[in-house]
Amino acid sequence: MSNSTEWPLWEVFVRSRRGLSHTHAGSLHAPDAEMALRNARDLYTRRSEGVSIWVVPSTSITASSPDEKDPFFEPSADKPYRHPTFYEIPEGVKHL
Amino acid sequence: MSATPTAEPVPTVTSSTELTASGVPAAAALALGDDALVLSHRLGEWAGHAPVLEEEVALANIALDLLGQARVLLSLVGDEDELAFLREERSFRNLQLVEQPNGDFAHTIARQFYFSVHQHLLYGQLAVTGGPFAGLAAKAVKEVAYHQDHAEHWIARLGDGTAESHERMQRACDALWRFTGEMFEPVDGLEVDLMALEARWLERVTAVLERATLTVPSGARTGAWSAGAGRQGLHTESFGRMLAEMQHLHRSHPGASW
Amino acid sequence: MTAVTADAYEAAFDAAVAADERIEPRDWMPEAYRATLVRQMAQHAHSEIIGMQPEANWITRAPSLRRKAILMAKVQDEAGHGLYLYSAAETLGTSRDELLDKLHTGRQKYSSIFNYPTLTWADVGAIGWLVDGAAITNQVPLCRCSYGPYARAMVRICKEESFHQRQGYELLLTLSRGTPEQHAMAQDAVDRWWWPSLMMFGPPDDASAHSAQSMAWKIKRHSNDELRQRFVDICVPQAESLGLTLPDPDLRWNEERGHHDFGAIDWAEFQAVLKGNGPCNEQRIDQRRRAHEEGAWVRDAAAAYAEKHQAAQHTESVEATA
Repeated sequence: MSNSTEWPLWEVFVRSRRGLSHTHAGSLHAPDAEMALRNARDLYTRRSEGVSIWVVPSTSITASSPDEKDPFFEPSADKPYRHPTFYEIPEGVKHL
Repeated sequence: MSATPTAEPVPTVTSSTELTASGVPAAAALALGDDALVLSHRLGEWAGHAPVLEEEVALANIALDLLGQARVLLSLVGDEDELAFLREERSFRNLQLVEQPNGDFAHTIARQFYFSVHQHLLYGQLAVTGGPFAGLAAKAVKEVAYHQDHAEHWIARLGDGTAESHERMQRACDALWRFTGEMFEPVDGLEVDLMALEARWLERVTAVLERATLTVPSGARTGAWSAGAGRQGLHTESFGRMLAEMQHLHRSHPGASW
Repeated sequence: MTAVTADAYEAAFDAAVAADERIEPRDWMPEAYRATLVRQMAQHAHSEIIGMQPEANWITRAPSLRRKAILMAKVQDEAGHGLYLYSAAETLGTSRDELLDKLHTGRQKYSSIFNYPTLTWADVGAIGWLVDGAAITNQVPLCRCSYGPYARAMVRICKEESFHQRQGYELLLTLSRGTPEQHAMAQDAVDRWWWPSLMMFGPPDDASAHSAQSMAWKIKRHSNDELRQRFVDICVPQAESLGLTLPDPDLRWNEERGHHDFGAIDWAEFQAVLKGNGPCNEQRIDQRRRAHEEGAWVRDAAAAYAEKHQAAQHTESVEATA
């Protein structure tokens, strides 16, 4: 068995068409950013799924921890006024 | 190999001045089509053997692009399957470079690099100068740009990677060097400035190899055999075996559809 | 973590699974759930990449350029699907190298179906129709698997694989309607692949080691026997349309059950192939191991290059700001 070092992991984000954001497509291994981009192009857009790709080293991503779920996400749950359905509009009023 | 079919005529070599129904010079279409067909076949041999999974996907992409080009080009001349599966070795017009066995990954990359730089320049010219190949060259040149980019990235990484990879990459570049001159021999019906093409090819190859800390090979770029090479239907020994494998099934069932 | 919070975590996990929510990589999960998933995703990924071999065996001999393009694209997809699945497994903290090492040393398995040889061109068709057909029957429910990354990988895979089964069916149909030799080739392939395909659904429910727990965790949605029955019922009319027969004298419609009855599966063969005595077990692992070992210098070179050039870039940017 060879002891070669494993290439780092990259997260791949693909913009599927103009006007949309990049969304996470998956991950892959590559020795460096240039190769990661090329591998991503081959792997995640071989059926023309994208017009633009980002690759980010997986280790560069800082994620919110599930333990912090409550302090992170619950405060917004009690602010329903941020959502359009909070407001009552008389029937028949259009374009709102 | 089992008997060749008797029911169908075996396609023969097209004469140089002949034009196809669509006005395309047949000999040129055959030469370019065979290059793509044979190189695609060699790359297909990598399936399941690549050094890393990501590279399985990359090599297959290149092989599929080339196969697509081959099918368009061969269909300009005749029936793609008759041409691919029923011609004898001496009727194939591909460069000897593209039929060279895969060897190690460095050999495959060197072969792809030499060929893709050439094909990119050639199709680039064909696309802008108009003529019968302009349409397909315009589409293919984008694919080939990517093949070249892929090969050049690997040349850099293998040339300037470890001592072992450097040695392997150098050896591969040296070994295939003698097949590179044939790319600049005239092909009937292919109207390109070969001198300019060759100069630009050398310039690019030199730049990429030097950046990869490799030495540009100094040996002869064509064989000494005056009879010719691939474009004249004279191939290297492994090519016959490659064709035997490729054609065996098709030829075992004369006239069958697949 | 105190016992109280551990219980709370477990309760939250159970509730999420019960509510058909997805579990995500950084969520708390029972160790056994994690281990089951890593094992299953790894085995699935290994199956994709080992599964490239029997089909790649025919790329260089494909009898038409159209078929050659299709086959190359299909084998390429399998490499891609292996990649998606290794990525999904990596979200649980096991590296691809670790998983590959387990495959290469026989500590993790792949689907036994790939230990059968592809002897003729028709086998490419039989694999597409039967093996991919069985795989799809298994995989479609996995798109709703409780583990998010696995479910998402499966959605992608199922979408891409939709052409795999159709090309196999079309290939067999062409052979079946072709010359007598071609028809015989197609029938021979179906005869050899039918029973191993039925084995792909795993042992019968009463003998399946992992089934019950996996169902409770919603990693699995249907039992082995349920899926096997569904597959048989789908295949029978398809075989008729192909003009080919299935090699089972006991196969017949059971009006009462509303399903086809079928003959007994040779589980002794299944166990023997699983344990390593199939026609191609050694060959498949040897080729995989060889590709990996022969590729080591390539992977090392790229890693060395990256290190060198990253260091150089770093120095450059430091100099630029200095």
